[in-house]
Amino acid sequence: MIGATLRALLSHWWRRPFQLVTLMVGLATATALWSGVQAINAEARASYDRAATTLAAGARPRLVADGPIPQRTYIALRRAGHDVSPVLEGSAAGLRIIGIDPFTLPPDDLPQDTGAGSIGPDFIGEPGQLLVAPGTEVPDSLPPATEAEGIPPGAAYADIGTAQRVLNRPGELSALIIAGPSSMTAPPIADIAPTLRRTGGTTTTDVSRLTGSFHLNLTAFGFLSFAVGLFIVRGAIGLAFEQRRGVFRTLRALGLPRGTLLALLSAELLILSLVAGAIGIALGYLVATLLIPDVAATLRGLYGAEVAGELTLRPAWWLSGFAIATLGTAIAAAASLWQTARMPLLAPANPRAWSRASAQALWLQAGAAALCLAVAAVAWGIGGLAAGFVLLGGLLLSAALALPLILRIVLRAASRTAQGPRAQWFWADAEQQLPGLSLALMALLLALAANIGVGTMVSSFRLTFTGWLDQRLAAELNLRAETEVQADEILAFLGPRVDAILPIRSTELPLAGAPAQLVGVADHPTYSETWPLIARQPDTWERVNAGDAALINAQLARRNDLWPGAMLEIAGRDMLIAGVYSDYGNPRGEAMVGLERFDTLFPDIPALSFSLRLDPAGIEDLTRDLRDRFDLPESNIMDQASVKRASLAIFERTFTVTGALNVLTLGVAGLAILTSLLTIATMRLPQLAPVWALGFTRRRLAMLDLGRAVMLAALTFVLSLPVGIALAWVLLSVINVEAFGWKLPLRLFPLDWLRLLVLSLLAAALAALVPALRLARTPPSELLKVFAHER
Amino acid sequence: MSTPLLSVRDLQKSFPAADGPVPVLQGVTFDLAAGQTLALTGESGSGKSTLLHIVGGLDTADGGAVRLGETEVTALDDRGRAALRRSRVSVVFQQFNLIPSLDVGANLAFQARLAGRHDPAWCDTLARRLGLAGHLSKYPEQLSGGQQQRVAIGRTLAVRPELVLADEPTGNLDEETGSRVVDLMLELVAETGAALLCVTHSTALASRMERRLVLSRGRVA
Repeated sequence: MIGATLRALLSHWWRRPFQLVTLMVGLATATALWSGVQAINAEARASYDRAATTLAAGARPRLVADGPIPQRTYIALRRAGHDVSPVLEGSAAGLRIIGIDPFTLPPDDLPQDTGAGSIGPDFIGEPGQLLVAPGTEVPDSLPPATEAEGIPPGAAYADIGTAQRVLNRPGELSALIIAGPSSMTAPPIADIAPTLRRTGGTTTTDVSRLTGSFHLNLTAFGFLSFAVGLFIVRGAIGLAFEQRRGVFRTLRALGLPRGTLLALLSAELLILSLVAGAIGIALGYLVATLLIPDVAATLRGLYGAEVAGELTLRPAWWLSGFAIATLGTAIAAAASLWQTARMPLLAPANPRAWSRASAQALWLQAGAAALCLAVAAVAWGIGGLAAGFVLLGGLLLSAALALPLILRIVLRAASRTAQGPRAQWFWADAEQQLPGLSLALMALLLALAANIGVGTMVSSFRLTFTGWLDQRLAAELNLRAETEVQADEILAFLGPRVDAILPIRSTELPLAGAPAQLVGVADHPTYSETWPLIARQPDTWERVNAGDAALINAQLARRNDLWPGAMLEIAGRDMLIAGVYSDYGNPRGEAMVGLERFDTLFPDIPALSFSLRLDPAGIEDLTRDLRDRFDLPESNIMDQASVKRASLAIFERTFTVTGALNVLTLGVAGLAILTSLLTIATMRLPQLAPVWALGFTRRRLAMLDLGRAVMLAALTFVLSLPVGIALAWVLLSVINVEAFGWKLPLRLFPLDWLRLLVLSLLAAALAALVPALRLARTPPSELLKVFAHER
Repeated sequence: MSTPLLSVRDLQKSFPAADGPVPVLQGVTFDLAAGQTLALTGESGSGKSTLLHIVGGLDTADGGAVRLGETEVTALDDRGRAALRRSRVSVVFQQFNLIPSLDVGANLAFQARLAGRHDPAWCDTLARRLGLAGHLSKYPEQLSGGQQQRVAIGRTLAVRPELVLADEPTGNLDEETGSRVVDLMLELVAETGAALLCVTHSTALASRMERRLVLSRGRVA
């Protein structure tokens, strides 16, 4: 019984391969986009986890100072009975060098899986050895490298002596790991090294926190693409069930129990979802492989987080891919299965448009839309990043659910005002087609709204960001000396060749309970005239330069609700906030104080960084002379134009991924229209044959069908405009503020919309072309069959 | 008459309507012996199809009893009625109700496979006798109405049911084709020893049955 029934059920797909392809494409695409994004996120998380398991992440408490720790301090502490281990960190040739002492470092803190075998005489001796992650390129200028598992991407482990040589920091340490309890007789650390302070070390958590919002953004887009793909799946499954109503009835009439039928239909769907899931996972891997270099670059540029540029196939990932494909199929098929379960045995078997919604159902759908809108409003009231995404989802879903009713009202109105029988039929027929197309049109609305919303957000951001860079990067040249001695020599050299030298000091410190940066700046019009303040008190710069007040960035201000007039504790001292400045691209909090105040707070921070003001014509010569004379590395001298170029490049890469997902989502929506049109085309003959018999040519009918698809796409576009703008507003004023801490003005770009309109009309026309051509070539005998079957 | 194969007693059925239930069957009683043929006629709305559906386990009665051999059909649950339809009672529908995605051969054997008593030799015989041997790899849409109805009859008889129910079997066919299809159906039903209960408006078809039962407003006239 089961074999015969399964054969009967599956034969439907065999006889309708296009429908099967539609279902597979929809489900595979939805799974691909979702699992692609998940693969990227999983890879990033794995990279963070790898970093977390190493000492570089600071999992153990450590002793740090406001500057380098002299090696003699370490020796003094060891001799006194404190179980500490030295660490030196720095960058060389694009690698993060982490110097360790394998003899004093707890074995757990050694890179995972490296084992003692990799740390042998070569590691400790001359010229030393680097341990790097597989696939890491190490330039010849560095000691020979050995690949080892468990090393974070972009990092290299070396013996402390090797690291001091490579980093040119002899006798210096960055931190001392507290490896174990001190001897009972050891004097307090503060007595031996009063400048050291103990920290818990939470760098990994910080990276996760900082990048969390980025990954949430990716997940949201992945989910949107998945939802759009599900519209195709829902359409294909709904149609397949509707077309088989007669078969179901016959099977039941021939003695197949209802439970067995439902179980077999579920098994059929499971098989299909597993096959489509496998295809989707393979495609998702491809999508992730294509996108991950951009994601890695974004995470590195924006957050300094290292993510491997290659994907690893993880069982959890592909299993979740199958799970999401199965879940998606279950969601898409739930209503159809429910209807089949409740279908009376003697129900009419004639296929009706499966989604032919009654007016009551349309109003119910509109009610659900209102409910989604209400949920969105509540989420808006609650605030927070997760609530921001609920607001976003609620807005999109309510718009999609309301679309069929709005289109029906518009089409009905057009039908009533139409002049002449042809126009009347055109509008009335469009309304009749609406139920069969509504799922595809809802998918199109989602894709268009996402495109408009994200496009507006990115363009607004770009415009604001470019203007902000001009304000923020006023100094023509920025340089960093390697040592204080070199800094003094450079300053002496620069004296007559520049208009102004603006020293800059900075240090990491906690502000308002989160990791942040404090910057000390000179008293100069470069700051007071151009710095992009978004809120200020009177005499801002006078008070900052006098050391009475500080400026903070918008991220710090918004996260902690600190605005001009409030007080902020900086390095144990309460300071007045005199102004807030915009600081796009920086996820961390930042505060600025006058240089003298900075030096009072942190007297040991060496003066190594400077901004230089000079005639732009002299930048090139000065840069060359500085490099030649002081042998400064490339990265130590940055001219304004390079910084702008680099910043804009980071910006563009940041949105490459969302842009790609946007295009893919629009593509999926186009596919949804194509498949819907092709599938309803098979049920159109009974509607078209009478009109043909009344004197329309087949060519004219085909042209009208084409025009109808374009008209519906245009109407959907018009409705997606306000939704997209609302989406952009949510992204700019809610999501960005919550995720990154910055708020941006909403700007409108009508030309971009026009381009999108043309694109969507073209997509609709292309999608409608194949069914229209088929209709134009339908033999009259096929149309006549409609009347023959009416008896 | 010896012990009847089918026994219908005081069968009641009504359908809900806006102004209260509408009675369709009001105490229908009759018997049908094994191997016997019976035409069920009456005006539209007299309850013929409803009676057929209840006897075939496609619908349930509000009152009364239907027995098929030792089985109380009206006491069966959904699963029991499904088993009955699968192997003991078989229906020839006016609309043929073939499975469009299966070819003629598969359609012909389908119910027998469902019942777990597929006999390829018997199916071949049926195909030959019904003039379908040359069409086994075709799909229903490629056949004429008469050919499709012959497939439906073949499918019904392939399972060797005890009772064949036919609901306007020639309703979708022209007179000549219908007559040929009825000839074949009666011939094959007689060969299998099944009883036949045939709902029809056609007096010509009714006259071909051994007995005739007229329903009027839900009662045996």
